[in-house]
Amino acid sequence: MRQLVIDFQKCDAGRNCNHECEMECAIKVFKVDDPAQAALQIKAYEDGGGKAVLCDQCGDCVVVCPTEALKRNKLGVVMIDKKICVGCYMCIGFCEKEAFMRNSDWITPHKCTSCGICVKVCPHGALSIVEVPEPAVRII
Amino acid sequence: MSQLVFDPSKVMDIDYTQRTEYLDGLEAIRAAHKVLKEIAYTPSLPDKGYTNRTLYVNVDSLEITEKPVTRQMKEVFIGGRGFGLYHLWNAVKPTTRWNDPENEIVISPGPVAGMTQYAGTGKSLVVSLSPQTDIPIDSNVGGFYGPLLKFSGFDALELQGKSDRDIILFIDGQKGIIRIEEAPTDPVDSHVLAEILTHMYAENEADLPNVSVVSTGAAAEHSLIGMLNFSFYDRRRKCVRFKQAGRGGIGTVFRDKRIRALVVRGPKVAGDMNHPVDPETIAKTGIKYHKEIRENDGSQCMMRRNGTAHIVEIMDAYDLLPVHNFQYGSHPDTHKIDSSYWQQRCTQHTVDGCWYGCSMACAKGADGLVLKTGPYKGDTVTVDGPEYENAAGLGSNCGVFDPDYLLELNFYCDTYGICTITYGTLCAFVMECYQRGILNKERTGGLDMTWGNAEADLEMMHQMARGEGFGKIAGMGVKKMKELFIANGWGDPQLINDIGMENKGLEYSQYLSKESLAQQGGYALTNKGPQHDEAWLIFMDMVNKQLPTFEDKAEALYYFPLFRTWFGLNGFCKLPWNDVVPSNNSSQPEAHKVPEHVQNYVDLFSATTGVKITKEDLIVQSAKVYNFQRVFNIRMGKGLREHDAAPYRSMGPVTKEEYESRAERYDQQIITEMGLDPVGKTTEEKMAMHRKWRTGRFSQLMDSVYTRRGWTLDGVPTLERLKELGLDAFPEVVDVVKQYL
Repeated sequence: MRQLVIDFQKCDAGRNCNHECEMECAIKVFKVDDPAQAALQIKAYEDGGGKAVLCDQCGDCVVVCPTEALKRNKLGVVMIDKKICVGCYMCIGFCEKEAFMRNSDWITPHKCTSCGICVKVCPHGALSIVEVPEPAVRII
Repeated sequence: MSQLVFDPSKVMDIDYTQRTEYLDGLEAIRAAHKVLKEIAYTPSLPDKGYTNRTLYVNVDSLEITEKPVTRQMKEVFIGGRGFGLYHLWNAVKPTTRWNDPENEIVISPGPVAGMTQYAGTGKSLVVSLSPQTDIPIDSNVGGFYGPLLKFSGFDALELQGKSDRDIILFIDGQKGIIRIEEAPTDPVDSHVLAEILTHMYAENEADLPNVSVVSTGAAAEHSLIGMLNFSFYDRRRKCVRFKQAGRGGIGTVFRDKRIRALVVRGPKVAGDMNHPVDPETIAKTGIKYHKEIRENDGSQCMMRRNGTAHIVEIMDAYDLLPVHNFQYGSHPDTHKIDSSYWQQRCTQHTVDGCWYGCSMACAKGADGLVLKTGPYKGDTVTVDGPEYENAAGLGSNCGVFDPDYLLELNFYCDTYGICTITYGTLCAFVMECYQRGILNKERTGGLDMTWGNAEADLEMMHQMARGEGFGKIAGMGVKKMKELFIANGWGDPQLINDIGMENKGLEYSQYLSKESLAQQGGYALTNKGPQHDEAWLIFMDMVNKQLPTFEDKAEALYYFPLFRTWFGLNGFCKLPWNDVVPSNNSSQPEAHKVPEHVQNYVDLFSATTGVKITKEDLIVQSAKVYNFQRVFNIRMGKGLREHDAAPYRSMGPVTKEEYESRAERYDQQIITEMGLDPVGKTTEEKMAMHRKWRTGRFSQLMDSVYTRRGWTLDGVPTLERLKELGLDAFPEVVDVVKQYL
């Protein structure tokens, strides 16, 4: 399955960049001029490290969705069908990585779909799309 | 905290998509339908949780009318059970009985119902005059009907009159059509009928989840204990499933009106259909709760794995599981029907939950049951549950510890349209009467009702569905059976009254309350009869030991019935309140109230309706409806202290063997609680000492609770209390109580 990964050997958690990845995602994918709405979020730690909040396509949310609005596509990426989603946010509450997100203006939640738009704009080349095996379904 | 991940190898290998289908006759059944009345209406979505209109349907005159929801209705009655009681009060007279045409069935979901972001927000409340109690019964139920009714444009549905033919009421909230159809050839039993009707009224496969059916079954036509099944379409199983409005015989009223089914086809559900004033607060509160379930459920109740059946072994361990008609509180075979079994037997590979967004997901399903008896013998079916009440009532209380038989009993109760709790308690009573010679094979028409004889148990149920034999007698319920057995001179009247577990005509639900004074009151000092949803205090009292003093118990019997009433005003389920709690709950003040969750409810109500309330206001909202219902009972000729009397089996050991099975405990209580000496006393003498102490203690509890509730010692709300609650705005209410003050 397609998965977005970040290399923190290269990413400096936004200390010397303009969060281009978040901005590109917000503008190109979600059509909003607000990086806080992007499907990946780069957080800097005080000790110099950092972390990225992003979906690894683990599929836990597919298991808990009551409407079958969440399904893997042929690339193995978990996609949301907004026409079916009832906005219950169980996918958000049950995501251990807190990668499922919402904002106040949309009823349906959103997350990273491994589209790779952010990869191209990272000035440090820290982001990449990789192909990894699909994990076993977890009953949660 | 970490999330529980279930090991799939622990689940039985059952294909949850396989079951017998009943769609063959669909086209012929549809062709036989005849439109008796059809009107067009304008569907609308709620505003701040209310559609601001209700629907009145008279199934005799075929009148279909919209009524406005007034400001007073919202302020005093809120919705749900409140709207049901309000409409019922206006519909009936003090002389009205359950089978009079003016009796109504009112279904109302409440202003918060239909929210999709918080667990347990799809409840409907059903209110009617009960065939068992002759007073209003309220029954809360999941499934999709209530929310889809509201999203089709109505805060409540009133059904009045009696039809002379079998009818279906169809509300099409997508097209704006309300239709009454004659349904002459529709199947009778719910699992067949609801499957056919769901497919008949859905326009395509994607439309199936937008259809919900309310129905009952054959036994509702021949008994007083009929219930209503509210359906929801299970997308993964691809089948129609049910939740039940079980208590008090509303299914019997439904069939007395010759209603075969109610069908609603609502709009496709989205996350903002209540149009709440503050969706942001609702979203944040819902997500916080979902996380709490994810993090805590695995180490607390495991509701997502087991549903309510998780407490079977806990009740057994604390000597609180009803065994053999509430004689005993535990049994060596309990392990055969406890959660370790149900966890393997209920399908774990799918999403359960009876409304969208319920992360607690307690509505478990046992798939692949091949029926051994009855009209559907050989069919493969999916059974709901079993919930705790069913495992205890149909299982341990009747001595049935074979899980497949227990599931079959559960299945037939559901499809025949009878309440599992009621059936369990009345069957346990029959079995004890059989044990004690009050009944015998001759009197039961050949049924060998010995403890655990599931085949005889099932045959009694099939008789109830056919309206034949002893099953028909049993279907009258415990109260009327007691009267009949006493009138026939079949046994000692005191014994029969002591062991017949009913109060106000309603059968007890499945907790052994002998050692919990709080639960004795929680059962008997109720408005509708002994159902734990009003005051489920036994866990708090006996397991968590949170009500140690007499005053604590009396206060709990003031607060919790009101707190729990509030769920039913709004369309909430009670389980998410305390079947998972925040990690830090035990260190909070008043931990037994689960304060963080109370605040969640306050926030959700305010955010939906725009009416800002506090946790104290919540109790006042409930108190208005609760006291109104008490006065309603008095208006119908009950509702006084004498009607709150409890059978002695709920309070203490009735028989010598009961006493001797727990002799050490009872002897010790004579010393520590009564300050007397058991030495040298016979068992009969010690039983008499207990009876005096226990009944005296219960009477003292009644005094304290009535006083705390603002009632006279005869159980009548005082004028001061009614004024305090603003109920003096209803002159009829004041007139009722004046006669007793």
